[in-house]
Amino acid sequence: MGQPPHAPTRNPVLAVCLALGLGAAWALPFVRVAPNRLLSGEPVFLAHLMGTSAWLIMGLAIAALVWAVLSPQHRATQSLVAASMALLLALLWALAARHATAVAQAESPIARTALGAGFWSLAALTWLACLDAVGRLQLRTLPRLAALTLATLPLLFLLASGWGSDLSILKEYANRRDVFGTAVLRHLQMVVLAVLPAVLLGLPLAWAMSRAQRLRQVLFPILNVIQTLPSIALFGLLMAPLAWMAASYPVLARAGISGVGLAPAVLALILYSLLPIVRSALAGLEQVPVAVTISARAMGLGAWQLFWHVELPLALPVLLVGLRTAVVQTIGLAAVTALVGAGGLGAIMFDGLFSAANELVMLGVVPIVLMAVLADALFKALAALLESSAP
Amino acid sequence: MITFDNTRKSYGGTTAIAGLNLNIARGELVVLIGPSGSGKSTALKMINRMVDHDGGRILLDGQEIYSFNVRDLRRRMGYAIQSVGLFPHWTVERNIATVPQLLGWSAERTATRVTELLTLFAMEPAQYRTRLPHQLSGGQQQRVGVARALAADPDVLLMDEPFGALDPVTRAALQLELKRVHQASGKTIVLVTHDIDEALLLATRIVLLREGKIAQVGTPQELLSAPADDFVADFLGRADRGLRLLSLRHITPLVVPSLHCACVENSIALTATVREAISSMAVHAVSVLRVVDGAGTTVGHVTAADLLAPAGTRTP
Repeated sequence: MGQPPHAPTRNPVLAVCLALGLGAAWALPFVRVAPNRLLSGEPVFLAHLMGTSAWLIMGLAIAALVWAVLSPQHRATQSLVAASMALLLALLWALAARHATAVAQAESPIARTALGAGFWSLAALTWLACLDAVGRLQLRTLPRLAALTLATLPLLFLLASGWGSDLSILKEYANRRDVFGTAVLRHLQMVVLAVLPAVLLGLPLAWAMSRAQRLRQVLFPILNVIQTLPSIALFGLLMAPLAWMAASYPVLARAGISGVGLAPAVLALILYSLLPIVRSALAGLEQVPVAVTISARAMGLGAWQLFWHVELPLALPVLLVGLRTAVVQTIGLAAVTALVGAGGLGAIMFDGLFSAANELVMLGVVPIVLMAVLADALFKALAALLESSAP
Repeated sequence: MITFDNTRKSYGGTTAIAGLNLNIARGELVVLIGPSGSGKSTALKMINRMVDHDGGRILLDGQEIYSFNVRDLRRRMGYAIQSVGLFPHWTVERNIATVPQLLGWSAERTATRVTELLTLFAMEPAQYRTRLPHQLSGGQQQRVGVARALAADPDVLLMDEPFGALDPVTRAALQLELKRVHQASGKTIVLVTHDIDEALLLATRIVLLREGKIAQVGTPQELLSAPADDFVADFLGRADRGLRLLSLRHITPLVVPSLHCACVENSIALTATVREAISSMAVHAVSVLRVVDGAGTTVGHVTAADLLAPAGTRTP
């Protein structure tokens, strides 16, 4: 069977992943074991943790990778790689978890097994290889999402059945189970409270700017300047006026507005979200063909009907790109708002930083990263769905 | 139906329309024509207030158009433009249904109307109503554009160079369709073009504009046979004016019934214009053509002498 003339017969992505992965496994500590949570531990390398079955799975995964790197890119090969990467991801977790349990039983219950740079690098590279393989299957949007969800199942299954509860990061989680749940919700709350108003404010602004050149010349520089302000500075700048407002108008104070906490955080996040949203909405509105808006007006559509039925749907694909940027950016920036007492996952992260407990930092950071990756994937899927249902 | 009463419009200091007086009767197909900058497009756009006039009056059925709500006014008038402007995210059906929906027609009435219009423009409704604009050819898009303009059965249809972007074959087909639709529906149509042949083919009356003023108004026959001045004569194409005049006449009254001339090799359709007959004679280097009817049966012949003889002076 002949390949199409330009079909790649080698896979450089997997080759790089494989090389880096082998390097990371050899050079970076897979886990660190410490007598208690504050001391930094002794490194333990991956080779030390491998048992027979682990070697078997690892061998299978590496064989699949080598095969995929060298052979023509068939769908069967890609499926094999994706499946073995899903298993490998679970295996990495299982190895770390088993060691942690062994340490906890052999040494002391307060001994800590922390995930090391080796684990994080290997996990990231494994996931990257899995993404690459699934991408090369060239599935439609929903099947692709389903395939990626499927690939996380082995790991999720291990987590659900209690594997890894002796790992330091999950011990930190167990200690702060209540705080963690609240923090995740607070983080999501901040994202929604920031992006939703930014859309409600940004859309009319972009609409007005698409009709008035002058407004554009005034507003864009302002939004650009806001974007360049360091977030901590912006929180600081907002604290004083908000505190003053809360003091002067008790109504506001009773509504929960004050110089610290949610109010300055959300306000700053709205301001940061405005630029990507306004810019993409404006770009979207401007690519609506003039002939379309002219004939819409000539048929007697009012300004609102024109916007709602014609301009917004046609601008939506571009707007979604900006919205994705805004959401991902807000998820990251919301971590910093912990500094003004807004809570969220940032609070856990800073707790860890200030008490030099790395695993606590990770407990804050990992969910933030996952949240951002998930939001990014969802918006991309939404855009792809939109594209497939429209011209 | 539509009356321009000393209507004026200027942009900044530039006069676009300098006192236009024109009365368009119900059922006319008036073509506004003129060189670039003559104000033909502005004159058209003032009728549905896509451009607002700033002097004089424009009356619709005797009422100043400013007395209507602008959206109601526009919904009473169809509007078709060169670049069509179909909504790319809507199906053909939904595009055509735009104004009926704005007017709150029932779903059945709208669907029936869409079927009617697609049939009128020779597009199989079942096949085309669910298509998206990008799945249509240029000619089909413009058909849908005109169908959309006609959807709510407006009194007036305004067309701004509707066929300007089409290839010659498609353009000719759509011109004939428009002529047929006009005759069948009796709509008042105002059409802007810069193509004099299009104007001569379609117009019941031609309004030739020059620098925002009327240079001459009349039927195609009147303009061609008696141009008011050099500008009009030039615009009609000084060298081709005679040929264009011939294109207004049909050969039917000039056909000599004869059953014995099957020996004449070259034939022409009974519905042809004098210009087409002369052209065919020139191509085949003959001075007699056999005339056949729609079924291909020979009905007689025409001669070059008869075709070129002044109307009414033909030798028996």
